Amino acid sequence: MAEVIIQNITKTYEKGTVKALDNVSFTVKSGELFGLIGADGAGKTSLFRILTTLLIPDSGKASVAGFDVIQDFKKIREIVGYMPGKFSLYQDLSIEENLNFFATVFGTTVEENYELIREIYVQIEPFKKRLAGQLSGGMKQKLALCCALIHEPKVLFLDEPTTGVDPVSRKEFWEMLGRLKERGITIMVSTPYMDEAKLCDRIALIQNSKILDIDTLEGILSKNKQNLFAVNSDKMYQLLKDLRAYPNTISCFAFGQKHHLQLNSGENSLKSLLPYLKQKGHTNISIKAISPDIEDTFIKLMQDA
Amino acid sequence: MKLFFAFIRKEFWHVLRDTRSLIILLGLPVMMMLLFGFALSNEVKNSNIGILDLSHDESTIQLADRFDQSRYFSVTQKLKRESEIAEAFRKNELRMVVIFPPNFQENISHNKQAQIRFIGDATDPNTSNIMINYATAIIRDYQNEILGEQKLPYRIELESSMLYNPKLSSAFNFVPGVMTLILMLLGAMMTSVSIVKEKEKGTMEILLVSPMRPIMVVITKAIPYLLLCFVDVLLILLLAYTVLDMPMRGNIGLLLAESILFIFTTLSLGLLISNLVDTQQVAMFISLVGLLMPALIFSGFMFPLENMPLPMQVISNIVPTKWFYSIVSTIMVKGLGFEYVWKQTLILVGMTLFYLTIAMKKFKIRLE
Repeated sequence: MAEVIIQNITKTYEKGTVKALDNVSFTVKSGELFGLIGADGAGKTSLFRILTTLLIPDSGKASVAGFDVIQDFKKIREIVGYMPGKFSLYQDLSIEENLNFFATVFGTTVEENYELIREIYVQIEPFKKRLAGQLSGGMKQKLALCCALIHEPKVLFLDEPTTGVDPVSRKEFWEMLGRLKERGITIMVSTPYMDEAKLCDRIALIQNSKILDIDTLEGILSKNKQNLFAVNSDKMYQLLKDLRAYPNTISCFAFGQKHHLQLNSGENSLKSLLPYLKQKGHTNISIKAISPDIEDTFIKLMQDA
Repeated sequence: MKLFFAFIRKEFWHVLRDTRSLIILLGLPVMMMLLFGFALSNEVKNSNIGILDLSHDESTIQLADRFDQSRYFSVTQKLKRESEIAEAFRKNELRMVVIFPPNFQENISHNKQAQIRFIGDATDPNTSNIMINYATAIIRDYQNEILGEQKLPYRIELESSMLYNPKLSSAFNFVPGVMTLILMLLGAMMTSVSIVKEKEKGTMEILLVSPMRPIMVVITKAIPYLLLCFVDVLLILLLAYTVLDMPMRGNIGLLLAESILFIFTTLSLGLLISNLVDTQQVAMFISLVGLLMPALIFSGFMFPLENMPLPMQVISNIVPTKWFYSIVSTIMVKGLGFEYVWKQTLILVGMTLFYLTIAMKKFKIRLE
């Protein structure tokens, strides 16, 4: 069953001059942990705001848990949990005060739903008298998640919950999302981090207001097989330029210590690479075939689009 | 109801934890009252004057002494010759000079006629006018004393009385004025800024995505400010009564009730502003420039409305401070009852309802 349905949603700003979403359609299944993956400015926040009834799309239809985002906005506001990308709790209220306040806003108490937030809350409970504005990035996000969960929402919308959070807290945060999923809560989460894609059931890649692909991570990877190699030598910067100048190169990008090189499928494209680089004066050359990860795939999809 | 109190408690936390705005809320009225009471005054008190006595006889010495004794003047310079006058004014040492021509007493007793000349520094026309009036009064008193000994065929006696404020204390003017300005400024600015803050900080985004009716956040915002503004009214009245010796002539209950009405007016104006703008800066700017200036100009507290050109007098009618200032001075200074302020009250009620209706209509249930 589909919990979130998005049909041909288009959204523009500044009287139509800035396009945020361009004819976007997909569905999120009930109980799914769905990732919306894309760079800053791709349109993720606009989509979240439309689904949480904060914005009205220019055209298209969307529904959450069977309720239309425009007509039934009041119903949706009762059953969803929303965590905006920007930390939006009261900075001059303590952890405890924020949580109690939002529990009251949603017509419940912390005690009533304590079980749901217990695992997260125990981590920040030692600091419960501290003002929210003085918390670290990770603790802020945990508190925000508690506040978004306190009324046991059916659908949880998390807009970049791990941006600006340290790697350990990021890992913990995703573990919590996994456990919330087990409780049957549908979760839609956006992130600019590609490595978080493998933690989602399904992902949608979004770029420049358009959806590039929607599938499981494996599905996306297997659909986008590439002739990919990791190359390095002693002169990395020169190497990047030379690889890009190589006639059989489709694309080449720096990936940490290596360059990821995508070659066309011609028979000689790999064979003649080594002599080419030697002729250019490179030493200690290593060329290894690799299978593309999500980042490589994302770059390829962006180029294809 | 529980939700209502949760919101109010949260608002009090916001206000009480923000020392800066708390200082403004409670310190500003005290500061303004003390400033107007003791530092900024257009009353004439112990003004420096010079005397050029060219006859130096019994009468002129007596008169010069009277000037010095008066609480309005103090004689700081005895000038020797006329040429010194211009220099003293240029150096800003004197506000006024009194000149007794030669043979003053002789002229009175023999010619039955003598002259005195006042020269005032009219850089500030109001003050110099007031000073000349006081000086004239001193001379008139003296003249009456001499005349008292003689019989004249007829004479017109002048008797003026200053109603409501015989001592011409400026407190009678500025206390209602300060009250009006403070309520206008704090009521409208603080509420508008605090609501816009919710938008700017993003908390409104979360509150909108909740079952709560958004109007709740707006109404509960106003309540702590209503209370704080009311405290300000009490503070101002207390200071006026104790420190500035201003009597409370009318019904205090009526005055407080009217104040609460005016606080509602300013709060609803604040709500209206907050619904129209998106940043605290703009809210602050509109409150200061768009409200404080007209409030100052059109309340009748600093500049008499009757002297303004007709278009400005017409505009003054839509400025709520004009009506509240009139209510406060009618009740406090003239000691009159509701039958004299019902018209102004009705206008304020109308304005409040008008602002509230627009504010509610303009309230955004979404982000744009």
